[in-house]
Amino acid sequence: VFKRFVEIGRVAFISFGPHAGKLVAIVDVIDQNRALVDGPCSGVRRQAMPFKCMQLTDFVLKFPHSARQKCVRLAWEKENINEKWAATRWAKKIEAREKKAKMTDFDRYKVMKAKKMRNRIIKHEMKKLQKMSSKKGKKPEKSEKPEKVQKSEKVQKAQKAQK
Amino acid sequence: MAGEKAAGEKKPGEKAAGKKKTGEKKPAEQKASQKEVGEKKKKIKKHHASRNPVLARGIGRYSRSAMYARKALYKRKYTAPETKIEKKKKEKPRATITKPVGGDKNGGSRVVKIRKMPRYYPTEDVPRKLLSHGKKPFCQHKRRLRASITPGTVLILLTGRHRGKRVVFLKQLATGLLLVTGPLVINRVPLRRAHQKFVIATSTKVDISGVKIPKHLTDAYFKKKRLRKPKHQEGEIFDTEKEKYEITEQRKSDQKAVDSQILARIKKVPQLRGYLRSTFCLSNGVYPHKLVF
Repeated sequence: VFKRFVEIGRVAFISFGPHAGKLVAIVDVIDQNRALVDGPCSGVRRQAMPFKCMQLTDFVLKFPHSARQKCVRLAWEKENINEKWAATRWAKKIEAREKKAKMTDFDRYKVMKAKKMRNRIIKHEMKKLQKMSSKKGKKPEKSEKPEKVQKSEKVQKAQKAQK
Repeated sequence: MAGEKAAGEKKPGEKAAGKKKTGEKKPAEQKASQKEVGEKKKKIKKHHASRNPVLARGIGRYSRSAMYARKALYKRKYTAPETKIEKKKKEKPRATITKPVGGDKNGGSRVVKIRKMPRYYPTEDVPRKLLSHGKKPFCQHKRRLRASITPGTVLILLTGRHRGKRVVFLKQLATGLLLVTGPLVINRVPLRRAHQKFVIATSTKVDISGVKIPKHLTDAYFKKKRLRKPKHQEGEIFDTEKEKYEITEQRKSDQKAVDSQILARIKKVPQLRGYLRSTFCLSNGVYPHKLVF
């Protein structure tokens, strides 16, 4: 049922507080509510932090409890946590949310145009397929796959416009 | 004052006379003039210490009149040199004008005063108003401009018949209103004035660095014109006043002149033309205080 546990070396994401948005590694457990935490590669000093503001990630590092910062840093860099984190869907969603919030009026216009174009292409393909299927009677609609291939080229342009 | 002027005039007079003399005397004169200049400079530099010894803080030994004498202000009276503008101004305005006599006694001319005496004096004099402080007329007000509005910024108009339209900002006029243009071919907004308060400044900017805006585009150019000549026939007055606004040729030519420069720069930015053509609107889930413009 539970897959991520609080353990020594668990990398956690800080959701609120002064260090919101940063990654830390749990070095030791102080009591039921707090952990000793350190984020040498993410700019968080070694400190006590309540569990409530931490959200556990999938990454676990290997170091003994109460290891000093140097060890934590070595383990962090060995596992290349920063890159792995950036590749997760979680981090990408956060980044997309930030980008959306920073959108200016001009960006919003460009996104609107890109979305419109994309939807048109999709609709066009759908209509084509519907026409085909209605013409050929009751043939199975496996031919939805080619639609995705054609979509990808034009969607890339739309994504560029988004950014 | 007279004494100082005479003394002052003497020195440049001497110098001029000296310069006119030729040849041998020149180097001597130059040296003398340099010495004078040097001395003058030295004189100006040194400031005398206060001639009014302090008895206690804020209290001097000598009175105003005593200080006047001690500082020899009777000798030191300066006037600013009369500039060319002041010289021109001295021409007095014409007081009377001669007009020909028309009607019955036709022929000769009569003299008419331009500024006539008042034809009515009120029975009670108007009481003097108390002095007020810091109340300036509109023409002397300080004009401010938001930091987010710079030449070339795309603005969103919020009021007026062009509300919701995105428009390019050109410059701020003397009354503080913003001079703005569509450009006309893009969104049918001509060269127009907009009020700073009723405008959203976006962060999109067009590079307007080399664009020359004609100098005759001022507030007077854009001001609404009203005819006011009632000829005592109430029925027909309301027709003669300008109901229909007609676009003058000058406006068209000015519009062309400005827009041609700006359009070239708009075309350089991809999708900007379409952006300026579109209008701004709010829809579900769009909150202005959360938007970044």
